[in-house]
Amino acid sequence: MLSDITIGQYFPGNSLLHRMDPRVKILLLLFFIIGVFVFDTASSYLLFSALTVACFIFSRIPVRMMLKSVRPLLWIILFTFFIHLFSTPGEEIARIWIFGMTWEGLRQGCFISLRLVLLILLSSLLTFTTSPLKLTDAMEYLLSPLKKLGVPAHELAMMMTIALRFIPTLVEETDKIMKAQQSRGSDFTTGNILQKARHIVPILVPLFISSFRRADDLAMAMEARCYHGGEGRTQMKMLKVTSVDYLACGGSILFGGLLAFLQWNP
Amino acid sequence: MSIEFKNITYTYMPGTPFERTALRDVNLVIREGSFTAIAGHTGSGKSTLLQHLNGLMSPSAGQVLVDGVDLNGRGSREAKRAAMEARHKVGMVFQYAEHQLFEETVFADIAFGPRNLGLGEEEIAGRVQEAMGWVGLDYEKFKDASPFQLSGGQMRRVAIAGILALHPKYLVLDEPTAGLDAAGKEKLIKEIVQLHRKKKMTMIFVSHNMDDIACLADKVIFMEQGRVLLHDTPEKAFRAKEILREAGLCPPQICSFLEELKAAGVPVDTNALTVEQGIENIMEAMGRA
Repeated sequence: MLSDITIGQYFPGNSLLHRMDPRVKILLLLFFIIGVFVFDTASSYLLFSALTVACFIFSRIPVRMMLKSVRPLLWIILFTFFIHLFSTPGEEIARIWIFGMTWEGLRQGCFISLRLVLLILLSSLLTFTTSPLKLTDAMEYLLSPLKKLGVPAHELAMMMTIALRFIPTLVEETDKIMKAQQSRGSDFTTGNILQKARHIVPILVPLFISSFRRADDLAMAMEARCYHGGEGRTQMKMLKVTSVDYLACGGSILFGGLLAFLQWNP
Repeated sequence: MSIEFKNITYTYMPGTPFERTALRDVNLVIREGSFTAIAGHTGSGKSTLLQHLNGLMSPSAGQVLVDGVDLNGRGSREAKRAAMEARHKVGMVFQYAEHQLFEETVFADIAFGPRNLGLGEEEIAGRVQEAMGWVGLDYEKFKDASPFQLSGGQMRRVAIAGILALHPKYLVLDEPTAGLDAAGKEKLIKEIVQLHRKKKMTMIFVSHNMDDIACLADKVIFMEQGRVLLHDTPEKAFRAKEILREAGLCPPQICSFLEELKAAGVPVDTNALTVEQGIENIMEAMGRA
């Protein structure tokens, strides 16, 4: 039941992409996202698609997972496609009532949808190949320059880490409480909305109580280990930029250069 | 009448990198009236096994029969009804059962189960009073108390009463005494034994304490890596040294003590499960000497 869900979408592996430094991955993702928006010729879209597919093959993420990441946004993509198809002025293909389809619209619609799909795939590539904890570490590092502006980078990262750490625990706890109440004859699946809402109370009350207890225990345990915020705190697993990362950066810059050349020197 | 497991296999998260088989081809018959103990290491599949007893989990392969009714028989409708029925027959007391309490008063919490059965108020009140009596909680004193103001042992009792009020035929207890102090533990065990003797309730319990298992159970199940290594009487179970070692379990202290005594040259009968029996054996050996 509940125990069958996975947290985030990290897909463990040992590919080059998995071994890259998460900070580099985040920065390169930003670089590529900007790239997808800046370069809008047919050839650059082709190159971007090829790159994305190549990355997925490299990371050994199954195609099934890749498609699954696009699915939640399928309707938005289709909606965008049709809006462009019908609203771009130009040479008409066909007409439905007052809406005209145009060749320009078809082209524009395809590009915009492709752009969205690329954005989703590239971002999910990051979450597929990086464990949530590494991600928060990287976020803390990348946000740390903002500390001077009063952004509590360490606290934000710590909060995220704790939240991530406790999601599986709470899911397990919920599962256990649900099973305990089911064993007492509670049935969550039948009845109207009001009855269903009433069945939630026996789950929520114990869940809240145990969450508070856990929070209390955790605070105590952290204090017992002299936790006092991020000041002067070192990490056991240091993030390290390795040759793979330099290679990826070099490759990305070359890729960007090629696209720029194609865009502005036809 | 019995609970029967036929070739049960259960796999968590099949088809993902997190796939894990928790039960492998388990075959068991737990007879009505027995007092069965389940022991095994953490992760040996005990909890998964327990949750199959009342249809909280459905096996990936195989059949669970409670009094001859297949819990996941043909059609989801029928299976659901069978599971609901099994939950009335098989009371399930989870580990740290007090964590499931949620009502404002002890009475209301114990009444939750009977109310879900659709019983009348009079019947419910009767069952609550009776269940509180079984676990040694004074009805007048505790019925209006908030369950969250009670001690750990009392909360555990309230939770167990909440299951007993369903009038189950089989009672499943997952480490019922974990986290209780010595006095609370002894009292709770006594009450469980009383329920078994007087109410003829079939008991199935998980415990890490081999001494408890030795003096309570009449059938012992050892599990390891999702398999049932042994299902036998405690006398035979604790003498199967190979299996004990394989399951990573130790025999009861009195057994080890008698073994060592014998190794030291005292001609003592090592066949004992309780301390009383052990003392008798030692006395006998001394009389002989």
